[in-house]
Amino acid sequence: MISILNTYEAVEPEKVSLWFKAAPVEKFPENGGACVKYKDKQIAVFNFTREGTWYACQNLCPHKMEMVLSRGMIGEDQGEPKVACPLHKNSFSLKTGKHLNGDLNSIATYPVKIENDFVYIGFSE
Amino acid sequence: MKTVIVVGNGMVGYKFCEKFVSKVDQDSFKLIVFGEEPRVAYDRVHLSEYFENGDAERLSMAPREWYQENNIELYTNERVTDIHRNSKTITTLSDKTFNYDYLVLATGSSPFVPQINGVDKDGVFVYRTIEDLEDTLAYAEKIKQTVAKPKAAILGGGLLGLEAAKAVMDMGLEPHVIEFAPKLMPRQLDTRSSKVLQVKLESMGINIHLSKATNQILGNGHVIGMEFGEDDLLNVDMLVISAGIRPRDELGKSCGLKMGTRGGIVVDNKMRTSDPSIFAIGEIALYNQMIYGLVAPGYEMAGVAVDQILGNEETLMAAEIDMSTKLKLIGVDVASFGTPFMPAEKGHSIIFENKTESLYKRINVSHDGKKLLGGILVGDAKDYNMLLQMYLNEMPLPKNPENLILGSRGGEDVSFGSAMDLPDTAVVCSCEAVTKGQICCSVKDDGNESVKAISKATKATTGCGGCKPMVVDLVKETLKSLGKVVKESICEHFEYSRQELYDIVKLRKIEDYDSLLDGVGKGHGCEVCKPAVASIFASIYNETANRQATIQDTNDRYLANIQRNGTYSVVPRVAAGEITPKQLLAIGRIAQKYDLYTKITGGQRIDMFGAQLHELPLIWEELIAEGFETGQAYGKSLRTVKSCVGSTWCRYGMDESVTFAIDIENRYKGIRSPHKIKGGVSGCIRECAEARNKDFGFIAVEGGWNVYICGNGGANPQHAQLLVEKVDKVTATKYVDRFLMYYIQTAPPLTRTAAWLDKLEGGIDYVKDVVINDCLGIAEELDMEMQHLVDTYKCEWKEAVENPEIRARYTHFVNAEEADDTIEFVSLREQKMPKAWA
Repeated sequence: MISILNTYEAVEPEKVSLWFKAAPVEKFPENGGACVKYKDKQIAVFNFTREGTWYACQNLCPHKMEMVLSRGMIGEDQGEPKVACPLHKNSFSLKTGKHLNGDLNSIATYPVKIENDFVYIGFSE
Repeated sequence: MKTVIVVGNGMVGYKFCEKFVSKVDQDSFKLIVFGEEPRVAYDRVHLSEYFENGDAERLSMAPREWYQENNIELYTNERVTDIHRNSKTITTLSDKTFNYDYLVLATGSSPFVPQINGVDKDGVFVYRTIEDLEDTLAYAEKIKQTVAKPKAAILGGGLLGLEAAKAVMDMGLEPHVIEFAPKLMPRQLDTRSSKVLQVKLESMGINIHLSKATNQILGNGHVIGMEFGEDDLLNVDMLVISAGIRPRDELGKSCGLKMGTRGGIVVDNKMRTSDPSIFAIGEIALYNQMIYGLVAPGYEMAGVAVDQILGNEETLMAAEIDMSTKLKLIGVDVASFGTPFMPAEKGHSIIFENKTESLYKRINVSHDGKKLLGGILVGDAKDYNMLLQMYLNEMPLPKNPENLILGSRGGEDVSFGSAMDLPDTAVVCSCEAVTKGQICCSVKDDGNESVKAISKATKATTGCGGCKPMVVDLVKETLKSLGKVVKESICEHFEYSRQELYDIVKLRKIEDYDSLLDGVGKGHGCEVCKPAVASIFASIYNETANRQATIQDTNDRYLANIQRNGTYSVVPRVAAGEITPKQLLAIGRIAQKYDLYTKITGGQRIDMFGAQLHELPLIWEELIAEGFETGQAYGKSLRTVKSCVGSTWCRYGMDESVTFAIDIENRYKGIRSPHKIKGGVSGCIRECAEARNKDFGFIAVEGGWNVYICGNGGANPQHAQLLVEKVDKVTATKYVDRFLMYYIQTAPPLTRTAAWLDKLEGGIDYVKDVVINDCLGIAEELDMEMQHLVDTYKCEWKEAVENPEIRARYTHFVNAEEADDTIEFVSLREQKMPKAWA
């Protein structure tokens, strides 16, 4: 499973070389997430309606290596947008991927853009 | 720059590092640490937890990165073999050499293995490190394959031996504790308390053999038994030795430090050895002719050594070290403090013993009745902290000191004052040596107004955690004394308690989370307030979890229980555990079709595990077609009402418990609450349905039903308390309606009824007053609100299956039809289970 973890690397907005057309906007619940498949990767995409922002990160929780983050609750900790893993409530910053309530490795985050009511995720490969 | 080398990365060695880096200027000292074990320092005190969860990382004192972040050079798996005092260097097993200015020895101890004939046989283990545990576990697995009912002996009935017995029992072996002395825990307990503990442990399946001297260990190559005397044999398949510890003092011996006659490196009250550049702390240090095998004195020694090295020479080890201990041994509280055994010429003892409840309490009081000298508690140690403080601070005893262990039984003489009565110098957290004064100052002067802030600032509660209840009280009381209202806000987004939010939602008729947050909260919410508010909406409007899915905990959002590999389990309601053969066949057929692992739950129903997200609506469609409804096993809501078979079949039954339980379960099904609620109905006082460990329970007696409330199993088992006696079913139901509704409206989030009652001012008498005597004048309202919930019930899975929009949520990917291909199962006893976590 560690090898799976290594396939996820954060992508900076300026490094995007490919915008993957994931799914129409209405497929994503308001203030919630859903999982997108891109090749062999699973990406959790969050429609943070309250902020008016979209976020994407790996679906894999680095704690126990389960593909569950897209089902986590989103929210905010002192202004930092975050997702809480549904298994053990480890929460990660949606901006930086940093683990906010412990010392786990950071998760990989990806840029998101919306065009013509479609959600695109940015990759750099 | 000076170099400090620490030899040993155990709990005390780690504590030295922690205290050192918090006080030192990093440019003036370099810290190098050597550990012989492959892992970084871990919490040995809670070793048996490793068996419960198999998670070694959770035991570690700090992750490896912590050492890096604090510029500590850490070498694990690296044993220091020699100290050269003349050149001030050490060498390691791999022949590396390091210079030191100060050397701190914290090598701890190793298990003492007595020279008994046969200790070298296969199947003989010690109990000390995670590696020891893993070896023991591997051997246990092996013998379980070949022996039908394998037995394991534990040599030593002390504290560690009993912990080892628990570990062995968890491995699935029959444990036999062998003790040389005529009682268990001979160093901490007197004969009577030891007997109380013994009876309790025996009732849990641990066999105890006292006054046994082992002559030899039998077996050809591997252990098959133990011989105590002629014709006194015990057949066992494994042996764990836990017969005490010996200091790992060989480094001190070989470099010529002054040693004790029976081992240990002699230190003074600065923790200095006979070489002023070398310190010894923890279980290798011989201080006052004693080796101290407890964490708290070890931590204190670490603190003294740090200060001495940094030149704060006034920090000295206390002349007398308090050996008081409190621990939970296999779920049983055991504590002793001060002088636990006391000869009659020094004072009098007050003893309370109740073997039926496995309780023993003893306090030793000076002849003039003014001072507490020590004591022993078995079975219930909740008063330990206060008793210990009274002893340590020589506080005056109340007029009737027996109230200290029996509780106040009327009259004016209260047993305990509040934690605020302690002197400022009282050490509240003994692991971290934090005083009451420091805690109160931190609240008053530094604005640390929560337990979380206090523990960050002072480190109190971060050791064994035993002082937490006291710290909670101190924070609360200090805030009160400042005239501040203690706000129990649920999180940073709402400055209200759950009860206040409940009233706001109800009075302002707010119907969704966003309006509530915009109206009375701030920010964008979090995983604490979202489900708490969802529960409030459910309690007021009886809306299902489907309407505002993204504010629900994951289990509620998908109406199923998430399991360790991200798959879900499915539990249909089987009210009171009554199920027809036809329904059993249906569940069997469906479970087989979707290849689900099935197990009978503790609540008398059937759980089907291993369903993937997209399979849930398919499975439920079939279950609903067979007449099943959701069991809400995923919700903070009514789970089950357990029943015995009652007077319909049982020859002792006083009334029809199954019928009543079915009615009650159907009455309360679907009702959401601050935490899960469970019920029980027993047909007679034999109590086969265990109604008294449920949130509400009914027991049939001559002349009606007795009603009990606020019990639970779980981490802190608590018996339910009697609400009313000998009433008919209608009255019993009415009172429970009111009690549940009152609990739902007033409890903090995630608080079971037992914990709620503990905090409720006035306790059970107050609940009786509200529910039976209607002292608040709200009974009618409670009745109506409960009836509303009962009348508006609907099965949320039926709703989900029939509504295409809700049903569409059940896919793993939004952009592909496929299932998650990372889920792996392995086989287990003709069924399947998730592949274990790495």
